[in-house]
Amino acid sequence: MNVLEVKELSIALPPGADRPHAVSKVSFTVGRGEIVCLVGESGSGKSVIAQSVMGLLAKTLPVASGSIRLNGDELVGMSESGLRERRATRMSMIFQEPMTALNPVMTCGDQIDEVLKFHSGHSREERRKRTLNIVREVALPEPGRIVASYPHQLSGGQRQRIMIAMALVLEPALLIADEPTTALDVTTQAQTLRLIAELQAKHGTGVLFITHDFGVVAEIAHRVAVLRLGELVELGTRDEVLKHPRHEYTKMLIRSVPTLKPHGRPVNQDTPVVLETRRLSKIYGARGWFGRGREVRAAEDVTLEVRRGQTLGIVGESGSGKSTVARCIVRLVDPSSGGIRIGGTEIATMGATALRPLRRKVQIVFQDPYRSLNPRRTVGEAIIEGPLNYGVTRAAALERATKLMELVRMDSAALSRYPHQFSGGQRQRICIARALAMEPELLVADEAVSALDVSVQAQVLQLLEEIRTRLDLAMLFITHDLRVAAQVCDQVAVMSGGRVVEYGPAEEIFQRPKHAYTRALFDAAPGRDFAFGTT
Amino acid sequence: MRIGAGVIAAMVLVAIAAPWLGTVDPSLFDAGSRDLLPGKSGQITTLEGETLQHTFLMGSDSYGRDIYSRVIYGTRVSLVVGIATALLALAVGIVCGLSAGYLRWLDGILMRFMDGIMAIPAILVAIALVALWRGSIVTVVAAIAIPEIPRVTRLVRSLVLTIREEPYVEAAIALGTPTWKILFGHILPNCVAPLLVQGTFTCAFAILVEAVLSFLGVGLPPDIPTWGNIMAEGRAQFVSFPHNVFFPGIFLAVTVLAVNMLGDGLRDTLDPKMAKRI
Repeated sequence: MNVLEVKELSIALPPGADRPHAVSKVSFTVGRGEIVCLVGESGSGKSVIAQSVMGLLAKTLPVASGSIRLNGDELVGMSESGLRERRATRMSMIFQEPMTALNPVMTCGDQIDEVLKFHSGHSREERRKRTLNIVREVALPEPGRIVASYPHQLSGGQRQRIMIAMALVLEPALLIADEPTTALDVTTQAQTLRLIAELQAKHGTGVLFITHDFGVVAEIAHRVAVLRLGELVELGTRDEVLKHPRHEYTKMLIRSVPTLKPHGRPVNQDTPVVLETRRLSKIYGARGWFGRGREVRAAEDVTLEVRRGQTLGIVGESGSGKSTVARCIVRLVDPSSGGIRIGGTEIATMGATALRPLRRKVQIVFQDPYRSLNPRRTVGEAIIEGPLNYGVTRAAALERATKLMELVRMDSAALSRYPHQFSGGQRQRICIARALAMEPELLVADEAVSALDVSVQAQVLQLLEEIRTRLDLAMLFITHDLRVAAQVCDQVAVMSGGRVVEYGPAEEIFQRPKHAYTRALFDAAPGRDFAFGTT
Repeated sequence: MRIGAGVIAAMVLVAIAAPWLGTVDPSLFDAGSRDLLPGKSGQITTLEGETLQHTFLMGSDSYGRDIYSRVIYGTRVSLVVGIATALLALAVGIVCGLSAGYLRWLDGILMRFMDGIMAIPAILVAIALVALWRGSIVTVVAAIAIPEIPRVTRLVRSLVLTIREEPYVEAAIALGTPTWKILFGHILPNCVAPLLVQGTFTCAFAILVEAVLSFLGVGLPPDIPTWGNIMAEGRAQFVSFPHNVFFPGIFLAVTVLAVNMLGDGLRDTLDPKMAKRI
């Protein structure tokens, strides 16, 4: 019997939106003990579907037609009290960001207890026992300590486990997981996925799993539904959809998923060294007035080298120090010790005035395309800002900007428009153009494609690759995504806890990782052994 | 917000057009027209010694001066004081706030100094400053603006502290943009919305404080008609002739209310989160 039946569901968007329906005529089912993945890019309506099932839709997004049945009961049009009764007991949801989904001023134990208190008639003793049981079940160490902890005292993965515990404590028939592992590091993600699959199998829960990551889909799904702009384009078993997709859009998405196999193009080792760091360290929070304060060693003894025409990837999980290294190299933060040479000139200890002429040689592209451009400046002004700083005339700078727009495959009419008029991928192209306007020798890409949808990500990666060959740039590519690293990097440095644990040619590292941490990282990559196909 | 803006626009028009609104010189008086009730006719003597027939729309005070003329001319003073104070406090506060927020070595010194100013009640500072410098519009504006500067500085500093971490500011640093250009070209334009709101509230507050200072007799000299002065002079006879206090009081209340409404409205329109909630 089906736990969830969604039939011909349409959800209207407010007038003036880019399309009339957020979701239009979507039908699918989730059976008992089944994991159904809803896959789609941003704006495909996958989260809206989850919210409509939970009855959490904003008032501006009414269900226009169709039906949602949970264990046979119609949820569309159900009273708020009816929905409330079903939440947590029959259906529950876990979210992407466990820190914001948990109440910061309540202990984790109290938050689980609250669910039990409202929905079951158990005594305090019984509730306590059940709380400890579920915490044990989500494989958290020392349940006694965990239930007494506040959310900020736990790690991201532990918080997500608490969320899962809260969601499953009343053994609901349906669990909705909305990108539950997107904010987690890859090793934590692998553990969390395994946990969800285990618990779901044990309790026979039906899971509606929302994700944009095909690796995760390959890892966990029984069946897959592919959404595009609110329409269901393909529905089938995991192997049907991921190995033999029928719809063009699905094929395109799967083609865009980067493989874990390094690209293997020949690398010229005789080009001049553009960037060299020597025992570079950055220590935050030095000593206070009274004795030594707490020190954070964000980066320690990092020694790297990038030659012209090469791409060096720095790979690591959050907090590994990879961004700190990038920011030291661009001199957005001052390194605590060690050396940084750009084209042979030592810049680590250089003062602001002396540094100024060298700044143009190193440019950076950031992760978040929405915050990388000043919202109050036109695209043109953003691109010509750098050249103007170095004495290029306005006319010449604008001419260069027009050429660059062509290079990043955008219309030069975009120069007079404002950033909010562009999509994330387009903005990232603008940021690349802005960096290139300085004619740099080294381009630092700090998670530059991590916030983009997979199809857009593929395009931007291709663009970066093209630019690197065409302009013979050196590139420092920082990413947490091994698949992306495999596609672009010639050399790879794996960082953990502020240190480089393994450093060498990409092919070497991807095929014969030596360090235990590197191996763990590869083992955790979702869908690593899955052979995606498009035939 | 529309109502607020409309009322302020009307007030500005009134202030500009004061001489053509059936008023006489607000300092003219006539012993024969003392304490007239609103709407009564009487005489008034001009500086040249001519005697005019005049209808006292809002009555007259105990010197025989026309309250209507004084209130209308008082609008000029109030608006000038309000707007000038807001501009002065914003200008100085913006410079201090940008410096404190961006130049970390300056932060400690500057903010402790601002804390020092904030520790003294604003009205007391104003009274002390006016007592020190003698009353004139410039003095009153400075006296009201100085205690307001720390508030603006704090606001700007807090905005700078968040905006300076934005990637587009870091990108500008990497592009070699000089610090002053980053401050005024990237950071300040993104602080405009909250500053506009703060500016309107400072303006309303200044109008009110000016009236309070004048009412206490430490503001502008009594020969300049301000709403506070008129009320102060009418206070003694409030029981028998309430109109002396009533009319300037109404103008004061309506203006301050309008400026505050404008500020609230601006905050709601400029803050996208608030707009969504409404």
